[in-house]
Amino acid sequence: MSTVPAQDPNPPSASSTRPRPPSPAASPSADQASIKVSIRNLNFFYGSHQVLRGVSLDIPAYQVTALIGPSGCGKTTLLRCLNRMHDLYPGNRYEGTVQLQPGNTDILGPGMDPIQVRMRCGMVFQKPNPFPKSIYENVAYGLRLQGMNRRRDLDERVEKALREAALWEEVKSRLHQLAHNLSGGQQQRLCIARAIATDPDVVLFDEPTSALDPIATSKIEELIVELKKRVTVIIVTHNLQQAGRISDMTAFMYLGELIEFGETNRVFTNPAKPQTEDYISGRFG
Amino acid sequence: MASAFVAPGRRLDKGVEALMVWILRIGGWASVLVTFGIIVTLVTESAPFFAKVPLIRLVKDTMWTPLFSEPQYGIGALLAGTMVTTLVALSVAVPLGTILAIYLSEFAPSRFRELVKPMLELLSAVPTVVYGYFALLALTPLLQKIYPDLPQFSMLSAGLIMGIMIVPYVTSLGEDSMRSVPMLLREGAYALGDGKLGVAVRVVFPGAFSGLAAAYVLAISRAVGETMIVAIAAGLQPRMTINPLESAATVTAFIVQVSLGDLPHGSIGYQSIFVAGAMLFLLTLGFNLAGHGLRKKFHRAS
Repeated sequence: MSTVPAQDPNPPSASSTRPRPPSPAASPSADQASIKVSIRNLNFFYGSHQVLRGVSLDIPAYQVTALIGPSGCGKTTLLRCLNRMHDLYPGNRYEGTVQLQPGNTDILGPGMDPIQVRMRCGMVFQKPNPFPKSIYENVAYGLRLQGMNRRRDLDERVEKALREAALWEEVKSRLHQLAHNLSGGQQQRLCIARAIATDPDVVLFDEPTSALDPIATSKIEELIVELKKRVTVIIVTHNLQQAGRISDMTAFMYLGELIEFGETNRVFTNPAKPQTEDYISGRFG
Repeated sequence: MASAFVAPGRRLDKGVEALMVWILRIGGWASVLVTFGIIVTLVTESAPFFAKVPLIRLVKDTMWTPLFSEPQYGIGALLAGTMVTTLVALSVAVPLGTILAIYLSEFAPSRFRELVKPMLELLSAVPTVVYGYFALLALTPLLQKIYPDLPQFSMLSAGLIMGIMIVPYVTSLGEDSMRSVPMLLREGAYALGDGKLGVAVRVVFPGAFSGLAAAYVLAISRAVGETMIVAIAAGLQPRMTINPLESAATVTAFIVQVSLGDLPHGSIGYQSIFVAGAMLFLLTLGFNLAGHGLRKKFHRAS
């Protein structure tokens, strides 16, 4: 990240997405060819209350896609459809299809086991939520669920995940201490390590920095940008600067509908829809 | 300055407020005073006992017969009864209470939970004398069908019933602490692909452990202090044994038995009650302190 050229005079929201060579601006056609998640006509209901209205969206692989919009627009609801989190509560209903690649898996299909979906789509939450266990066991949790029991395999994967979450150096001497002794930012990076340890296809971030200070936030942001080399990232954020800094694609939602979806630079500098422009320029939301 | 703007009614409010503070203050001190009163009574009444009987005999003697002409003072005989009945009770109450708490908090539909919880709490409102006779007249004959040599009075029967009595305490406190585990923690585990049982056992249970530990300690204190059930169903003969199939008196049963007779004030038998009482006090104090420490340790963890 430190290689971002300093000569760029543009505001940070426009500059920081540009200098990375494999970003969509460099080779749009090649990247957009591989769609990771394709959402078609998604409706979602809390009881009789419809929250999502006919959302269709293609999320490209190995990129960061940001979902933005004012509170109550359905962005978090959309995110939580992607790992069937809504199944935990009674009275929720999905309509439409969400296909996950590879394998053309229909996440919302009637025969689909939500557990299988969740093993492929990891999630990081608004507030750090480490389990009341050691640092090591937190990261090993998902691996154990997938049947990994050999100590040597676990050690290796836990270290790899912690390194990828830029946490290894800080915790390697106290892996078996309780995770709650870590700072908030460290806890959130631990939760990221926990989510990526099992090599998911997609990682869903639900406003991951809303409970963190600016320094911890910037570390998480760097991490997310690093992560897209390995996984597809979808992030809900109410922080427009954050969306500008880290995302390649941006989807703007309003009142349960997808208003606009496109490359982040384009959405931010030249929005096609008036609602998008109003929101981005701070006129409402 | 500010009082210039206070409405006339405020003056009265202030008086009421001061009165409330004093009522609360008296209430707080009353509990402290009662505790100190108990300690003072126990110490002053059992001090003459130790003037006559050397402390070492409490440990060295193997029988507890303070009322005999050649008295023996082995308090171990009473403690053994208390220990065995408590262990039997805990072996019922801890697993059953914990499982019920997990079920009610994580699995039961909310309507069922609202139905069962008050019923369970009603169980702890049953007078213990009823439990005692239930053990003696219903459970013991049943156990005798399985194990014919079981005596009429047995620590097993009393302990099992005592365990049933304690289950609501464990369940109620345990369920409260499990439900206070944040939903966010459960979602974290579900998001990794865990199932309902896994989340309950691997995340909710450890997350609620400080509350559960408190529940277990309360259960121990209840079992150690329980009197009627053991007095009725476990027998009144102090016996140095750890076999739950035998009858034996507990510390509390001894106190009941002796205080029913007309012991002359100041006799060694009378003083022995206070020695037994002091023992009981130390025992529950120890458990409560241990429980407090455990809770603090896990509270920091969760």
